[in-house]
Parts: sequence; structure tokens; C-alpha cells
Amino acid sequence: MGKRIGIEVSLAVAEAVKLADTDVVAAYPITPQTHIVEHLSELVADGELNAAYIPVESEHSAMSSCIGSSAAGARTFTATSSQGLALMNEMIYIAPVLRTPIILAIANRALSAPINIWNDHSDIMSVRDAGWIALFADNGQEALDMTLASYRIGEDPAVSLPVSMNIDGFTLSHFIEPILIPDQEEVDRFLPPFKPSLQLDIKNPISIGLLGAPECYTEARKAVDNVLRNSKKTVLKAFEEFDAVFGRKYNLVETYRHEDAETVIVTMGSISETAMTAIDEMRDQGKKVGLVRIRLWRPFPDEEFLAAVAHAKNVAVVDRHMVLGCSSGPVGLEVRSLVYTSKLRPVITNFVLGLGGRDVTRDNFKHICDRASSGEVQTRYELVGVYE
Amino acid sequence: MRAADVPYEKVTVKNFPKGPDSLAPGHRACQGCGEVLALRLLLKALGTEFIAVSATGCMEVCTGPYPQSAWRMPWIHVAFENAAAVASGVDEATQILSKKGRGYDRRIPVIAVAGDGGTADIGLQALSGALERHHKNFVYVCLDNEAYMNTGIQRSSETPFGAATTTSPTGSRSKGQYTWKKNMPAIAAAHNVPYVATANPAFQFDLMSKIRRAAAIEGPAYIHVYAPCPTGWRMKPELAIESGRLAVSTRIFPLYEIIDGCYEINRKVADPKPIADYFKIQGRFRHLKEDDVAYITERVNADYERLVELSEKFPVKAAPQA
Repeated sequence: MGKRIGIEVSLAVAEAVKLADTDVVAAYPITPQTHIVEHLSELVADGELNAAYIPVESEHSAMSSCIGSSAAGARTFTATSSQGLALMNEMIYIAPVLRTPIILAIANRALSAPINIWNDHSDIMSVRDAGWIALFADNGQEALDMTLASYRIGEDPAVSLPVSMNIDGFTLSHFIEPILIPDQEEVDRFLPPFKPSLQLDIKNPISIGLLGAPECYTEARKAVDNVLRNSKKTVLKAFEEFDAVFGRKYNLVETYRHEDAETVIVTMGSISETAMTAIDEMRDQGKKVGLVRIRLWRPFPDEEFLAAVAHAKNVAVVDRHMVLGCSSGPVGLEVRSLVYTSKLRPVITNFVLGLGGRDVTRDNFKHICDRASSGEVQTRYELVGVYE
Repeated sequence: MRAADVPYEKVTVKNFPKGPDSLAPGHRACQGCGEVLALRLLLKALGTEFIAVSATGCMEVCTGPYPQSAWRMPWIHVAFENAAAVASGVDEATQILSKKGRGYDRRIPVIAVAGDGGTADIGLQALSGALERHHKNFVYVCLDNEAYMNTGIQRSSETPFGAATTTSPTGSRSKGQYTWKKNMPAIAAAHNVPYVATANPAFQFDLMSKIRRAAAIEGPAYIHVYAPCPTGWRMKPELAIESGRLAVSTRIFPLYEIIDGCYEINRKVADPKPIADYFKIQGRFRHLKEDDVAYITERVNADYERLVELSEKFPVKAAPQA
């Protein structure tokens, strides 16, 4: 049944990596991810995790080593944030096409400049199109659970794709929460050993990473896109199995008091909990508001999302990243383009807030709901909580 | 065991490995390419019981256009600057899987192959990290054709002084490359690795023996291979081996090993041939005047003498071969 303990969320992620009996960790320190890999180093040093810990000299080499390790058949984990993810960028685009199911925990942090170590989603949005499965966790228990689920999803023979497990830097990664640490026996029931269908093997030599000429490049990319889109089924299956073993049910899109809501807020990550408190307070005042939070960001769960907002008059999409030179945030763009191709015609508004660690408050969400239902928003997005 | 005492089987005329090449024929290297010859010999010396990692470059492009591959052992290419990092991951994964009972029952060498740009320029950080971390079965081979040949003969930090390339052209204010060749073997040796060597396809037994020795020694090894490039050096395709011989006999590219920090010159050159002999078969040096050649000769000899001093001061004390 596991054991509930007070533990820092980063350490709980590392405990999940241990419970998964990970073979190789290659990582480079960067705030606010460091506590994850520090704890993994300790677990390896103490013999609690029988893994190779590769203390690489950069994040570029971290992801490069992970690709090599995964291709050689090892269960492989790394973690990063912000500039680290940006430095990995070249490798981030290669890992999915080489079908290496690396698990990457991202403690989300703002991208420079100005240099800033605090939380927003600009790092993960910079690799939005790379071909990774991307999951978001809202709280500590979800961080541990999504880490375990990531292995189950990414390593599934039908998928074999890398997975990013996103937790908000500091505001989630550094909090101490009561978290149920599952038993090894439970984890073993949920997560089978990693059995890659293809790997670097001297008994069955294959070539990985050949040149793709114009005659095959499109097909190679399309093949990965197909696998990524189809991986939604594996995510659903993994969540069902997770529920069966651990008794916690997760969905691709989570909802809160949204059934009769006229205005729904759309969020990702730990601000969702603040939003839920704000929604309770607004509900007490008789306002029909609800929440839709996206757990699976890639592949985007089109049907589940449309079902969740089907009855809403106003959809207020929150972004934690400002796309410079573009008139919408990335989640706003996603929702607008999806809804436009459906029969739904809610009023979609887009709000950018909480950049570089700026506090996201209940009042922010009340303001968003007021604006979203006011009919006054003329621009394609509004910046919330900015000093004029 | 001292690295110098680790047994390995030298390649000779008599025991030259039989059977098919580990690098299949039919690849798309240029006519007379000395680099692909060096690669073929290196791989042949090892057989196929190892894992190969390639950096982006001539050798990667000419051996692996999908759906074809010339590599008869497990092979992975990821990108340009990270062959050392990818090989780090492969080696550590292979070792831990063995320890956990899911891998091989013996050491599996991991051979990373990159060009001079992928090694001395853009790949230097990843290589330094890998050498410093001391991966046990890690062998890194730099195939040095002295410029970015795959992208069209641009200069690298391994381009020799005076050579004309497309980004170190000659002109009214330029005599070609104005910097001295980066000393990669010294940089590798500075990482306290057990084995560093230079090699050259014109000395094929020496070249093949060195990769066997590198693979036999536990710990990271670095081999810097002279890789003559007729296309990039503006040289007749049939002269790659000739240039390789001259590179040694003129002291331009000495053959030596650094084993646990001790030096051994494999081909001593007491009476060097004129460097002009080496230059005259390569169009990239044709603009050099007598005084330029004199300056280069002086510096090449000084470098060589320094190497001799090191080999006398810190000699490899030979142990009897098993």
C-alpha cells in the first residue's frame, strides 16, 4: 500500500526513478532541477539504486549520453530546466526520431534573457514541436505518479518515444508535500522491465541514425508523427493500469466544477490548484466558473479537450509563456486552432501571466473570469499582472 | 596492470585479419580517400564485436544513406559534436546492463569516430568530458583530414599552417591558414587517460595494432589518425598513401604513443626529408614561398625535437609481451 511521508517533490521524483529501477542517469546541474539529480546521486552512491550515474559536462552531452544509453537498451533518465533544455534543444529533436524512450523531468523555469531562475513554461514551449510526449503534474503526488507513468508510456513497444514530465520549478519542485511512496511490488506490477524492440546489439547489428535524403525524410518524420498521435491510446491505457494498481485515476484533461460552467479557465501545471481555490470562491458568489487543466500537452488530446469545453460560453486560456512577435500564447494558439476546426463557437480569450516566477494569485483568476465574460477583450491576448 | 603491460595482438603481414571487411564496400567516399581507408583498416582490426558511434561528417554521410549502411557492427549516429557523449552513454549502459545480468558477459569496446572538426572544434567539450570521466571501454578515433571537407573544405583548428582552404584562402593579404595545428594528442593526454596514439593509413599494421591496443586497455583511449584527403588537399587520388609516408618521413605527422603519460616514438626520423617534398604534391600549399617553407620546417623540427625529449625523459618502459 505504500507509505505516506512528507518529502520534497524533487526527491519524490527521484524516488520514482529509483522505484523504476532506472539503469542510467546522465545529468548536469541546473536550478531548480538539481535536487532531483542530487538525490539520485545519493541513491546510487548508497547502493539503493543500481544505476550508472554519468556526471556529464553539459546538458547537450546529457541528452546525447541518454540517446546512446537508451539505444544500447538501458532504462534512461535525466532532468533539466530552462537554459539546460535550451542547450539540449538539438538533441531533443533527434531523440524521438531515433525512438529512444528517455524519461526527462523538467522543473519548468523561465528562459533567459534577462536571466531568471524562477518558474514559467517558456522552456517546455521551446521544444513544443520536437516529438516528445509531454505530461504536466499539478502537485507532488502527481509528480511521482506521472514519473512512473512516463516510463510505462514511453517504453511501450507501440510508442518507444521520449517523455517529458513537467513540474513547475520551485513552486512545485521545492515544496514539501505529503506524498504516498508506493511499494516496490506495486511498481513492479505496473511497470514491466524495459525491453526495447531494437537496440545496439552485437548479435543483431543495426544502424541507427542514417542519412535521410529528400526521398525519405518526409516519410521518416511522418512515421514518428503517427506514433506520437497514436501514443494517446497508450497514455489512456497506462492511466487505467495505474488506477488498477495504485487506485489513483488520471485523465488526459482534468476538470473541476466545469459541468455547468459558463466560463472555464484552461491551465497547465501547479497554478491549477490556485485556480481551483479561486473557482470555489467565485462559485460561492454565484458565478458559474470551472476549470479545465491539460495533463497531456503532447500529443494534444483533441477529443478530450473539446468534450471538456463543449458547454462553455467563454473559454479563458492561460499561458505561462509569451511568444514574442506573435499575438497569442502557445496554449491559446492550440485551443483556438482546435476549436476553429470543430463545431463549437465559444468566446476564446487568452491570458499570459506568471512569467519568470511572478506570483499567480486567486485574484488573477477572478480578473481573468471577469474579463473573459465581459465581452470587452479586443486583443488576441491580455497580459495579467503586469506593471505599467 | 599498467596500461603498457596490457596484452594485445599486434597486426602483422602474417596474421592480417581474414574475412570480410567490417566496413562494407560500396560506400560513397571520394576516389582515393585516405580517410575511409584508415576507417576500414581500423574496423577490420577489431572485427565486429564492438559498438560504433559516428559523428556527422564525411565518413558518416558516405557510409549511411538510408536504407543502406556500410557498418557491419551495431552503429549509431546522432549529431556532429557529440560522438564522445553518445559513446559515453553507450559504454555506461552496456556496463550497467552487464552488471545487472541483462548484458554481455565480456567487455564490449565502444568506438567513437569523428573528423577533425567534430573533435578539435565543435566536439572538444564533449570529448574532454568523456575522457575526464574515464569510461572503461571508450575509444575515440579522430580521423583528421585537416579541414571541414564534408561541407566543402573550410578551415578547422587542425588545418596546418599555410594551407589554403575555402575559409583560409590565399590572397594579397593572406598566405592561407595563419594558425598552427592544434595539438589534440597532447590535449587528450592532459586528461590522464591511459592511452593516446597517432596513426596513419600508410602504416597500416601500426594503425591496426594501435586500435587493438586502445580497445584492450581499460579506460579511455584517443587515437589521432592522419587522413589524407585528395579532394580537399588538391592532390591526385593515387597519392594518399604517398602523402602519408611523406608526412612521417618529413616529421610533419610523427607516429607515437603516450601510455600512462609516457612517450614512445614508433617511427624515429633522424634524417627528415625536405618538407617541400610533402608540399609539392598538394595544391593547398602551392602558394608557399621558400621562406614560408623554411619557417614551417623550423617549427616542425622543433615540435619533433620536443617529442624526442619527452620520449627520452618519460619513456614507456616496455614489458615482455604475453
